[in-house]
Amino acid sequence: MKKYDDGGWNPYLAGALVGLLAIASVGITGQFLGASTTFVRAAAAIEQTVLPERVSNNEYYQSNAPRFDWQGMVLVGILLGAAIAAWHDRSFKREAVPPMWADRFGSNIWKRGGVAFVGGIFAMFGARLADGCPSGHGLSGLMQLSVSGFISLVFFFTGGLIVANLLYKGESAS
Amino acid sequence: MTLLYGLLTGVVFGFLLQKGRVLRYEKQLGALRLIDMTIIKFMMSAILVGMIGIYLLQDFGMEVLNLKPTILGANIIGGLLFGIGWGLFGLCPGTSLGALGEGRWHALFGIVGMLLGAAIYAALHPLMSATVLTWGDLGQITLPETLGVSHWIVIVIMLAGVIALFRWFERIKL
Repeated sequence: MKKYDDGGWNPYLAGALVGLLAIASVGITGQFLGASTTFVRAAAAIEQTVLPERVSNNEYYQSNAPRFDWQGMVLVGILLGAAIAAWHDRSFKREAVPPMWADRFGSNIWKRGGVAFVGGIFAMFGARLADGCPSGHGLSGLMQLSVSGFISLVFFFTGGLIVANLLYKGESAS
Repeated sequence: MTLLYGLLTGVVFGFLLQKGRVLRYEKQLGALRLIDMTIIKFMMSAILVGMIGIYLLQDFGMEVLNLKPTILGANIIGGLLFGIGWGLFGLCPGTSLGALGEGRWHALFGIVGMLLGAAIYAALHPLMSATVLTWGDLGQITLPETLGVSHWIVIVIMLAGVIALFRWFERIKL
């Protein structure tokens, strides 16, 4: 396998520490990790600047109002925390196209960007329909042994496996 | 105060995601192409630790569980759509922000796509409520409840199964 590694911590250890973080968060504030609801709130905030009536008439936006809540702050924190960690071990890198993608499809930014953009649309539509993403359903759902978490995670991977193997079909893994 | 806890939680989460090196397109596609199991190791470790702690809190009477409803149609169709998008984008809602934090600015294309995906979902939510969200609505259920066994039995089986999976990953050097 082509190595794209540059060190980092043991993933079992880093993951276990996330488990402790999740317990602390639930114990102290009652909040479970999640990410995708914030994208609805952000979309509502953006749409409100152009079409305010659409937002106030939309039932889904009313139950996910455009405001900054705990989860929104988590997402800001993730960006900061990742920046701090990258600065700490000098793994920060300005990257326009992921190396694995570039090896297969070339380093055209717009080709990569276009596919990522379309992927983002599907991913968020699906996450909102399923009512969660790998954080909300995957981490938080499975920690609670929720049936919805198990089912969603299985289908997240099913969809992802199909697409990834179509994209990289014929590419040697070793 | 809740917002401050959110920021703090996010910073630690983002730091650990970066140190575990799971914010990379290569790691996410690596798992979907079955050539690098880093994100599975990270995620399942978090879940194993988290589920023990969450159920200890619950057994101590804290009533922390906050389950997402199990709706077969939504979890399956939404899950597949998410997976397709995930395979194309190569990052998920939470990790996209972290990837941006460590300089992988191509994540922005997918982030903009996800905002659009959220807006499209909000517009189509009434249609989804009348259809997919009614298909197989089983309510807020956990696996142990459904099986009619103690949650500790499910936890012990999950621990044993996932640890066996980890050992297998290490043996075949995935």
